[in-house]
Amino acid sequence: MADAPNNKALHRFAVLTALTTLALIGLGGMVTSKGVGMAVPDWPTTYGQNMFLFPVGQWVGGILYEHSHRLLGSLVGLLTAIMACWFWGRHARGYAKWLGFGWVTLGLGLIGVRTQGAFVALASVSLLVVIFCAFKLRMAKEPIMWWAMLAYSLVLIQGTLGGLRVTQMKDEIGIIHGTIAQLFFLLICVLALVTSRFWKRVSEQDSVEVGGLRKLFLGVSLVILLQLVLGASMRHQHAGLAVPDFPLAYGKVWPKTDAKFIAKINRERMDPREFNEITAGDIHLHMTHRLVACSILGLVIWCCIAARKESKSPLLVKGADLWLGLICVQAILGASTIWSNKSAEIATLHVATGAICLVWGGLLTILAFRVSRVVRSDQPPGVVVNPEDRTNGVDPLLVSVPTF
Amino acid sequence: MKLFTKSLRAVDLVLVSRPLEYGNSQKTKREHMKNWLIAVAVMAAVASPLKAGDVTGKVSLEGDRPAELNLPLDPSCGAAFKKFNPGKKPKTRFYVSEKGGLGDVLVVINGIKGGKAPTKPHVIDQRGCEYLPYVSAAQLGQVIHVLNSDPALHNVHTQPREAGNAEKNLAQLPNGPAIKFDYQKAERFLKFKCDVHPWMYAYVSLVPHQYFAITKADGSFSVKDVPPGEYEIEAVHRKVHTGANYKGVKQKVKVSAAGGKADFTIKLQ
Ligand SMILES: [Cu+2]
Repeated sequence: MADAPNNKALHRFAVLTALTTLALIGLGGMVTSKGVGMAVPDWPTTYGQNMFLFPVGQWVGGILYEHSHRLLGSLVGLLTAIMACWFWGRHARGYAKWLGFGWVTLGLGLIGVRTQGAFVALASVSLLVVIFCAFKLRMAKEPIMWWAMLAYSLVLIQGTLGGLRVTQMKDEIGIIHGTIAQLFFLLICVLALVTSRFWKRVSEQDSVEVGGLRKLFLGVSLVILLQLVLGASMRHQHAGLAVPDFPLAYGKVWPKTDAKFIAKINRERMDPREFNEITAGDIHLHMTHRLVACSILGLVIWCCIAARKESKSPLLVKGADLWLGLICVQAILGASTIWSNKSAEIATLHVATGAICLVWGGLLTILAFRVSRVVRSDQPPGVVVNPEDRTNGVDPLLVSVPTF
Repeated sequence: MKLFTKSLRAVDLVLVSRPLEYGNSQKTKREHMKNWLIAVAVMAAVASPLKAGDVTGKVSLEGDRPAELNLPLDPSCGAAFKKFNPGKKPKTRFYVSEKGGLGDVLVVINGIKGGKAPTKPHVIDQRGCEYLPYVSAAQLGQVIHVLNSDPALHNVHTQPREAGNAEKNLAQLPNGPAIKFDYQKAERFLKFKCDVHPWMYAYVSLVPHQYFAITKADGSFSVKDVPPGEYEIEAVHRKVHTGANYKGVKQKVKVSAAGGKADFTIKLQ
């Protein structure tokens, strides 16, 4: 596809949206780390006032985090709306174009209504739009615009879930909210990647063999996603550290979880935050998170070895090495979260780095597809090969991205 | 009716020690009225637990209690705390203890019925970004009023465990009106918290009758007006007896018109 003159600007805008999303994840992580998710009891209002007019003087204590998280969320929503229109305007044709613009405008307009009912209705329609977009992705000539529209619909759902988590007082919604945040971040990063010059350059590289790398990267990324869900579940128990020591657990390789022991640790735990009591389930969850962390470390080391063995692509080798670096940082942050008795700042860094690890894995996976496509097709760059050949039994949604 | 008049006459005889001629004069009529009222009062007194006694005692703490931790107050809360508690440091209140006693222990008589219905609300206040009292108890049916004496904004967030008691989260502006909670299920140490200030907590136990007390810092308590009988009495501490239903230490207590005595020892290992 020819480079449109505003391609660079769109790429920069996507990068800006991605960075703002990362900041939003950090701030959202801070809200849960500080245990202040309920500091503003109402939504979409803030202490009965319009969110955007809530006086700065009252941004104190937990309200500071929760309220600024809501404001930054609105900003990400707005950026995503602009980005979706941008992609849409470039690629959509005919009535579809106006339908898309109409949807974005309707969404923004309904947000202006600022009642819970309007948001829930909007999120319900958004869910249908997400499904429709996912459906269109499979066959559309320009899947990128559907990805962008999917991102916009997802951000509407995400905002509504964040609000419902507060008004319905359900930690389960918090876990879903945290998980969708990671996937949304990945999606925005994919949009930023495929609009980059780098993305074009990659397809023009010399042929490389990737072997089973694509499936390996995809699989490991999915394990990281699982790990992020586990992490979100741990955080939303509001029980603090279920296991306070590392590398051992209560001085053992595997801790006891009988009722007497649980009663003892709850009795002895002193913390001004007065967390919820630790349960046996919390300890199991915590230990599972550690085990999965170990396996991710092993898997990413394997990715580094496999990248060297199975492909001659310096790009994938370098990407896998950096991934391993990120995972190591993440492991140290995880341990530090324990050693610092779950300091809010370190726990939040752990969340944000987790998101980056997932995104890196996701981007590396689609890069592996991109590189391999060029090789396997054995054709001039930019030419789309037979889709069945490309997919190689792996989710075609991911593969369809590179056709931009 | 005849019997009733007869008994009244008898009461008259006892109380005034002279027979009465009914309706003979205004004076005797008034006299009779007075005696009748006294009789009713006496009968009411016999029926009511006036002879009930107070169960008193002390909850002693055995073992070393861990040091309390500093509360991470923010500047505005720090100023409010100083105003309400001059010279005091904001600390956690896990193990309140003086003279070997253990404070904030719920002492409750189990399996007892009857007693008065509550008339007054149970009040807890937010002062200096702290809940006061930290641990308290209310009789089921007593409406819990949460006040805000602070110049700061709080949210009052309850976290009941008992099914049927609903979680609530409500905003409370500085010096705003009381927020009222009307919980219908008995529950021990129902948590009230503020998410604006994540160190602010209060625990209110909802007891299905009036026979309970919370120990003072020296561990002393007095369960008032317990009808004579033999009961099981339980002492529960929120932190020591943590777990599903907060099971405390129990013993038997005999209550007579003169009251009863029950001392507890709670061990910290
Ligand atoms: Cu508060």
